[in-house]
Amino acid sequence: MVVVKRFVLQVHRKSDMSKAVVDLPPKGGFSFDLCRRNEMLISKGVHPPSFRKTGTTIVGLVFKDGVILGADTRATEGPIVCDKNCEKIHYIAPNIYCCGAGTAADTEAVTDMVSSQLQLHRYHTGRESRVITALTLLKSHLFSYQGYVSAALVLGGVDITGPHLHTIYPHGSTDTLPFATMGSGSLAAMAVFESKFREGLTREEGIELVCEAICSGIFNDLGSGSNVDVCVITKGHKEYLRNHQMPNPRTYVSSKGYTFPKGLTEVLTTKITPLKEKVEVIEGNDAMEE
Amino acid sequence: MDLNLDAPHSMGTTIVGVTYDGGVVLGADSRTSTGMYVANRASDKITQLTDNVYLCRSGSAADSQVVSDYVRYFLHQHTIQSGQPATVKVAANLIRLLSYNNKNMLQTGLIVGGWDKYEGGKIYGVPLGGTILEQPFTIGGSGSSYLYGFFDQTWKEGMSKEEAEKLVVKAVSLAIARDGASGGVVRTVIINSEGVTRNFYPGDTLPLWHEELEPQNSLLDILSSTSPEPMST
Repeated sequence: MVVVKRFVLQVHRKSDMSKAVVDLPPKGGFSFDLCRRNEMLISKGVHPPSFRKTGTTIVGLVFKDGVILGADTRATEGPIVCDKNCEKIHYIAPNIYCCGAGTAADTEAVTDMVSSQLQLHRYHTGRESRVITALTLLKSHLFSYQGYVSAALVLGGVDITGPHLHTIYPHGSTDTLPFATMGSGSLAAMAVFESKFREGLTREEGIELVCEAICSGIFNDLGSGSNVDVCVITKGHKEYLRNHQMPNPRTYVSSKGYTFPKGLTEVLTTKITPLKEKVEVIEGNDAMEE
Repeated sequence: MDLNLDAPHSMGTTIVGVTYDGGVVLGADSRTSTGMYVANRASDKITQLTDNVYLCRSGSAADSQVVSDYVRYFLHQHTIQSGQPATVKVAANLIRLLSYNNKNMLQTGLIVGGWDKYEGGKIYGVPLGGTILEQPFTIGGSGSSYLYGFFDQTWKEGMSKEEAEKLVVKAVSLAIARDGASGGVVRTVIINSEGVTRNFYPGDTLPLWHEELEPQNSLLDILSSTSPEPMST
């Protein structure tokens, strides 16, 4: 009872393109036809797109009642900003969050993987997850890939043993620190922390310091930009402040608006070419056997 | 200057292990570098393997952390199975087995030190490649190059605990003064029959060596009061 219909809407352009029809039977195995094309493109100076990285400034600090994590929101693909408002603070457990710098796919995949592993672990043990568990899972995974999984993480959380803050490097080494920064903007953010951090900050002071460090990365590092995300984790409670500060608003907005109403582009001719003949599927009398 | 923040985390390092009459003293600096950037200026390079055996790590941070985690786990099992605390020799040999059998993949130089009731205080060096050498004292890491002559001259048998610790702190601070990849604070761990004592010496408590300046808030404070001579054409 499903009718499969496929057609293409073709708008005739002024110059008619010649139609080339190639009738070759499909061969088995790999097709390397495009390799020559790729080589030709590279020789002409057209480079393949680079993978998406989060240039990034990510920070974490331990304050009086827990930990505060902060991150910028720019994702870059080489020199282009591909996402102006991405989320770099990943959920690991209800009491554990992780900021990720490096290749976006790697940070997403590795944090999602550890998050599910921890959830299964919680079902097995019946207890709240500990930060050190997430740390060990992440570091063993990254070490076994010898640095090829390019994920630099700032892991923070509060568990039964207290507040914890760790940094994890792509090769699998970890550090435990009271304040930490990672990513291309880490030097700018670390300069702020080194001059203003002290033990036993209050929640407001901690958030302000984190925002200042991230802003330092946003304005002084080309790989970081846009907004500031903050996550405050305390015993039994967490607050994810998405876009807590937005110091880069869009300053010019066209009064005419940016949507184009229908009918603005003149249609010269319309031709509908069905790709395949209409196929009618009739439900058979005998239903599929269980 | 290329900072290269993607370089693997390495511990430039100066690590020292010294036996004395009744135990051992282990010492290390606290700098972990990523290329030319100091990723952690207060790292702890002396990690615990068991209650009575500690390990000084140098070289690749990831490799040394993984090796120490594995050996801690094996030693824990070994302690449960044998019913008594592991000896320093066993710990050092486990480290050596991992280092030697994975020599192509690992880049880490380690110093194992501890106290057990059979042999007393012992220091074992396990450098790159996985050799094991029992020595009365040993040094490792990039900063150790500057300490060979110093130890040849200053080391002596049968020191007291205070003398040994002073020697270790002096040695690490000398290496910090000359090696760019070592810095931060000096951490020491003293292990003997009574137990384990951890000490921490911040940079400003260390003696100043040749041409080293005292820590200042601003170098402008110590610039000479006389203004420089104007250049004459």
